[in-house]
Amino acid sequence: MANQQPSSGNPRVDVAYRRKKSAEEMRYQIVSFTLMIFLTIVAFVAVGYEGFSGWFTVPFILLLAVVQVIFQLYYFMHMSHKGHEAPALFLYSGVVVGAVTILAFTTIIWW
Amino acid sequence: MQAEEKFTYETWPAEPEKATLEAKNKFLGFWFFLGGETVLFATLFATYLALKDKVPSADHALAKDIFEIPLAFAATMLLLTSSLTSVYAMYHMKNFNFKKMQLWLGLTVALGAAFLVLEIYEFYHYVHAFGHTFTSSAFGSAFYTLVGFHGGHVAFGLAWIITLMVRNSKRGLNLYNAPKFYVASLYWHFIDVVWVFIFTVVYLMGMVG
Repeated sequence: MANQQPSSGNPRVDVAYRRKKSAEEMRYQIVSFTLMIFLTIVAFVAVGYEGFSGWFTVPFILLLAVVQVIFQLYYFMHMSHKGHEAPALFLYSGVVVGAVTILAFTTIIWW
Repeated sequence: MQAEEKFTYETWPAEPEKATLEAKNKFLGFWFFLGGETVLFATLFATYLALKDKVPSADHALAKDIFEIPLAFAATMLLLTSSLTSVYAMYHMKNFNFKKMQLWLGLTVALGAAFLVLEIYEFYHYVHAFGHTFTSSAFGSAFYTLVGFHGGHVAFGLAWIITLMVRNSKRGLNLYNAPKFYVASLYWHFIDVVWVFIFTVVYLMGMVG
């Protein structure tokens, strides 16, 4: 069969294997979600807290955002799975072009 | 494998979103589109960063005057949770459970709609309480273009998911519609990815000053 399922020739074994795999993946996704909520709360608290200066807060919350987006991309959007080489190429090409644009626009107003 | 073939839980492929040629093409094409969307939003972010707080006179409200933590936090929680509910929907899609997939997609739509209502209220509030409009300053133009474009994506995503749910409500899952649901959920996650940067760069950095 041109089917893509891992085939042991015994459908019951395959189903049991897949059920285990999905349960495992779901666990990762729950952990990612908890971390994402946690990072969000940390970012809001860091901004709400008066004691930090902007020179600390801004890079800190940007770092939290990047970490959170990595969780979203690799776990929620499954980029950690096999067969995501082309998606990674497309996305990171977009990120490179975007980063250059942001760099250009933020430096052109510097003076 | 035929797209319209009837499946059972046992025969449903492990990766239905990539099981047919059309599905593989959709998957690849959609990620290519997301690469383009990344550039689109990056340019809007760049514009916003360059024009933030650029107002014609001192009586215009600045970012630190208009943004408040509770509103931005509530919107963030709604959208983040809707990302999780769409993950659940895809979990049930992979387990060939059409009813549960529809249920979780319904919850995703409800959370997304709540987000959109909150955003409309927010814009209304800025216009009426601060006179912060699209044409009041370069800051206003950049802000409404960036956040409004994201809101437009949310609205489009809602219409897309609702359309899929209604059109396939009697069909059940097969290899014709599974990739469609999968791609729509990717789009929904991408909207959340963009929002993570919006709440950080626009709202939180705006409040820092």
